[in-house]
Amino acid sequence: MDNLHIDRHISQQFNADLEHLRTHLLELGGIVEEQVANAVKALETADSALAEQVLHTETEVDQREISLDHECTLILARRQPAASDLRLVLMVTKTTHDLERMGDEADKIAKMALALNEDGASPRGYIELRHIGSNVLKLVNMALDAFARYDAQMAVRVVRDDNQVDLEYRSALRELITYMMEDPRSISRVMNILWALRALERIGDHARNIAENVIYLVHGMDVRHISLDEIEKKLEAENHGAE
Amino acid sequence: MSEVLEPIVLTKSPAPLAAPPIAPPIATQNELKAKMKTKREGSTVGKPFVEAAKLSVRGVNVFYGAKQAVFGVDLDIAKNQVIAMIGPSGCGKSTFLRCLNRMNDTIESCRIEGSICLDGEDIYESKLDVVPLRARVGMVFQKPNPFPKSIYDNVAYGPKIHGLASRRADLDEIVETSLRRAGLWEEVKDRLDSPGTGLSGGQQQRLCIARTIAVSPEVILMDEPCSALDPIATAKIEELIAELSQNFTIAIVTHSMQQAARVSDRTAYFHLGKLIEVNETQKVFTNPDHELTEAYITGRIG
Repeated sequence: MDNLHIDRHISQQFNADLEHLRTHLLELGGIVEEQVANAVKALETADSALAEQVLHTETEVDQREISLDHECTLILARRQPAASDLRLVLMVTKTTHDLERMGDEADKIAKMALALNEDGASPRGYIELRHIGSNVLKLVNMALDAFARYDAQMAVRVVRDDNQVDLEYRSALRELITYMMEDPRSISRVMNILWALRALERIGDHARNIAENVIYLVHGMDVRHISLDEIEKKLEAENHGAE
Repeated sequence: MSEVLEPIVLTKSPAPLAAPPIAPPIATQNELKAKMKTKREGSTVGKPFVEAAKLSVRGVNVFYGAKQAVFGVDLDIAKNQVIAMIGPSGCGKSTFLRCLNRMNDTIESCRIEGSICLDGEDIYESKLDVVPLRARVGMVFQKPNPFPKSIYDNVAYGPKIHGLASRRADLDEIVETSLRRAGLWEEVKDRLDSPGTGLSGGQQQRLCIARTIAVSPEVILMDEPCSALDPIATAKIEELIAELSQNFTIAIVTHSMQQAARVSDRTAYFHLGKLIEVNETQKVFTNPDHELTEAYITGRIG
């Protein structure tokens, strides 16, 4: 009945700008994801060279953060985006920040790897590290995937799995603290692992933030600072309303 | 740290994180758009009705000869609020606006069905006199159209013919208050006798607004009131709209979406003669309910 096209912007340049924004965010995501993976690996395998490489990548992450923010500023100033375009730009600025912070946490892990190589390996904690490390990496990967596909369901899964990671972190914390009480000579080495676990837990939280941003992008609803149950209820109400 | 004393159990490894199902990668913005939830068919979405309606419109169809221009519009316009009507050219928003004070009566071929009530009273009632109606529902047009008379007479004309002031002093007062409310008094108070057409475009438009409010209307209709003005004059009119909305009910048709976003409390989106969505303005511009609204305000309809 109508001959209007609604699938793309009248302005091709605007389309291209948004497309670049998405691509650049995903690129940054890829770099940070690799940085986290390398940091955990460097710690596990006592690989100083790899740890140095992680530290080195930080500069690139910082620069990309600045340039993404600049892109967002330009789009806001030139296009005054509305509705989903506005939400995309807003979520990109927030997500960029979360990714940069993840990079900082990966740096901390790499520094712990270097410290452990100097102090000698920790007597405990590697199993927990490997376990939590691989779960956190999955979180990061899923959060970025959820963004790439505008997949709110996957984003909800990230929130759920992050709660699990938080539990595992607390349990590992208890275990390692008990060990240190039994063997105080190990404290400084075990602490290195603990700091790394702490950094991983924070990375999980940033992945959760990204997932929440994805839900905002897709459904326009703010789900920060509410529980998983509430998020699911809100989404269900939304989907139901859209029938 | 009290947790130290609790029994130590490493939680069981979590239910294995289900590997993300392999969805085909999505390449473009357009395909991603399709995943957004804004997809609905049928009648107006959002909140077309309000509790304290100044004007309530039900089932309005408008025809020009055989051609239907507006299809079944149901809408409430709330008292002392600004409602913005947006939509692509030819979507029926101006036609609809003109129905609200029977401006379409002058067009021979125009026929209107349905009901439009002002404070519960049908304005299309056959015995209703349109002259007082248009005093209650005033209108400001796209191009400033002052009468070829003095500034004073432009504003005084309405009150005179509607018999709102008998003495010169009363008239003087109405002229001054109206010009003050339109934000024009300071600029013209020393030359009230000079012709209205000698003012700048923005001043002329404010003069027309002063002329409209001089007869104390209840509703002001504005049909793209800023489209012929520069950004500064536009900003002044927008400022004025915000101020007037405290005492008047305002319906504004605009082609500038930013303007709709800035000045209105509610926004109505028209598309090909149908009222697609009505919602609070902040909702429409951040998270509209209908995909056509989304497409229009993000610049995807062309």
